[in-house]
Amino acid sequence: MYRSHVLVCGGTGCTSSNSSAIIEALEAQIAEKGLSEEIKVIRTGCFGLCALGPIMIVYPEGSFYSQVTVDDVPEIVEEHLLKGRIVTRLLYDETVQKDEIKSLRETEFYSKQNRVALRNCGVIDPEDIDEYIAYDGYQALAKCLNEYTPEQVIQIVKDSGLRGRGGGGFPTGLKWSFTAANQADQKYVVCNADEGDPGAFMDRSVLEGDPHCIVEAMAICGYATGATEGYVYVRAEYPIAVKRLNIAIEQAREYGLLGKNIFDSGFDFDLHVRLGAGAFVCGEETALMTSIEGNRGEPRPRPPYPAVKGLFAKPTTENNVETFANIPQIILNGADWFASMGTEKSKGTKVFALGGKIKNTGLVEIPMGTTLREIIEEIGGGIPNGKKFKAAQTGGPSGGCIPASLMDTPIDYDNLTAIGCMMGSGGLIVMDEDNCMVDIAKFFLDFTVDESCGKCTPCRVGTKRLREMLEKITDGKATLEDLDKLEELCHYIKENSLCGLGQTAPNPVLATLKFFRDEYVAHIVDKTCPAGVCKKLVSYSIVADKCKGCTACARKCPVGAISGTVKQPHVIDKDKCVKCGVCMETCKFNAIVKK
Amino acid sequence: MLKKISSIPFKGTAEQEAQLKAVIEANKDDKSMLMHVMQQAQAIYDYLPYEVQVMIAEGMDVPLEKVYGVSTFYAQFALSPKGEYNISVCLGTACYVKGAQELLDKLSEQLGIGPDECTNDGKFSLEACRCIGACGLAPVLTVNDEVYGKLTGNDIPGILAKYMA
Repeated sequence: MYRSHVLVCGGTGCTSSNSSAIIEALEAQIAEKGLSEEIKVIRTGCFGLCALGPIMIVYPEGSFYSQVTVDDVPEIVEEHLLKGRIVTRLLYDETVQKDEIKSLRETEFYSKQNRVALRNCGVIDPEDIDEYIAYDGYQALAKCLNEYTPEQVIQIVKDSGLRGRGGGGFPTGLKWSFTAANQADQKYVVCNADEGDPGAFMDRSVLEGDPHCIVEAMAICGYATGATEGYVYVRAEYPIAVKRLNIAIEQAREYGLLGKNIFDSGFDFDLHVRLGAGAFVCGEETALMTSIEGNRGEPRPRPPYPAVKGLFAKPTTENNVETFANIPQIILNGADWFASMGTEKSKGTKVFALGGKIKNTGLVEIPMGTTLREIIEEIGGGIPNGKKFKAAQTGGPSGGCIPASLMDTPIDYDNLTAIGCMMGSGGLIVMDEDNCMVDIAKFFLDFTVDESCGKCTPCRVGTKRLREMLEKITDGKATLEDLDKLEELCHYIKENSLCGLGQTAPNPVLATLKFFRDEYVAHIVDKTCPAGVCKKLVSYSIVADKCKGCTACARKCPVGAISGTVKQPHVIDKDKCVKCGVCMETCKFNAIVKK
Repeated sequence: MLKKISSIPFKGTAEQEAQLKAVIEANKDDKSMLMHVMQQAQAIYDYLPYEVQVMIAEGMDVPLEKVYGVSTFYAQFALSPKGEYNISVCLGTACYVKGAQELLDKLSEQLGIGPDECTNDGKFSLEACRCIGACGLAPVLTVNDEVYGKLTGNDIPGILAKYMA
């Protein structure tokens, strides 16, 4: 027994800001004070509030320390751990109120959340199977194998209303029943952990914080569908997730929770890990299977669907990480419990990775039906620097954006589809008035052009042409006719591409056109970029009244475009100016404006 | 995805070759392990020169064009060697909306090289990558395994100076 537990976040975000060094320092100093028998340091998964990392929680008090540095460690050890005095200056400000310290659950960031998929993240040591078991781990698998037939398991998943969390939203129970219905000498379960949407890290956090729940869920899926082997296809860019997943699989094998005759039920199941190599298209289920087979990850035409002919041409069930993460909880608490959360057609919770121009960047899990306004203004803490919210981008390169006027839309699969957006895997990037929507559309097209596998022409050639048209617009060379052509091409690509990547590639353009057409028109007709992002359309000038003639800008200008005499207002030669913006950064009097 | 193929002569050692042979030997009976073998090869050599791809094709008994097909398909496989310090700027969405492009432009300007290029002295190479998952620190870049977050263009000279010495 320990009198105190110190939980330090070991997710990628906090590890990037040096949490490993903090853990080492803590352990060393605790040992030095002779407290090793009394205090245990645990490296956990992600707490979610990545913006304030590295994060540390000390129990039993529940003190939530944020932005801890190695230099803070002696004070924490000396004051808190040795003398029992909480180091108030390091507490997360939201938890400090006058003389009272609130619990973490009462802060705005956490109070609106409901953690199902993330329930063990930031709570247990992901590298220790005993901690997972102590939190009901592997009980769902035992329950399935001992009490339910495979058909009953599928029925529970169907009744729960769980839909695929990878973006498509296909009912999970139905998917399982298709594979179960096909007879074959070998079937497979595949977990899609190739989280390719740039700016999304839900799946990574689950794998890092609670890898055993994926192992357990895949075994349950194997039992329900009649598969005895599973593959986890995970991005090579996630080294911590890969390491913890491998540890989890090893531990599960040791405990007989993977392998032959699990729980003496006669059910065999084992898992393999395969690493992706940085191809976005491999998030598409048929491309992912082609890649596991050791090939270029090109998609295959459907039908035949994977439930009939999937991995190695055998019936295969493929779900993403977050979908699997819900399964053990559904089995343990029942379908009704899960179906009681969410909206009519979208049950349960959804994890979002909040990023971009928002105060509390990080990971949040909310019941379906929460509005964007609640997510951004309450949980996310609003937009920093007093800027105005412009749009939130969901679904990454396949998705669309939600403008300020639709902030009160309850977020679920069908509502988002209705406004021309999509749920996607859960990346939610907030943009403010300084972001140009045309530039964002171009950014996503850059991405899809890069990531198009080249197998079908509409996607390979179409996305290239689309990007060229956008470039013409951001260069100020387009006409209104081009705008019509742009839309026409979007629809053509959507209707004719082979796989999901191509079919959804024009979405960022269509969504921004729908809600921010005036910005496109401003680029085309007025030749200006309202947000001041598109370099070819902005110009810098000096406001004569504010200029003191200090010559700082003229000295910094790399091309000598600024002239003037000392103590007299300066001017910028627009023909020479390369629009690098150095002058604006240099000026101490805010005399330089960008238009 | 377009890949730059290096013209720098192959400098593999016998020791590296022995490591690669061992990896091939352990996996050659399962053709689906091709990507795994190539990932291991890249861990050994830092990139996949032509000579290494030939060894893999022969060892795994698959056509060279298949190895080449896989190596050019996936972003992770490099056909050119990287610099002593490989600088990777995250161009994921979260970083992009917070100004990652400015970081990349500034690095290009200071190093005199574009993305996927290496300085003449072999010291620095530059690349743009897609989301390392540290979105809370956006915009971020990595120098080898070191992560730098919450950056602006003004931080670039200081970071480079650390590695110039």
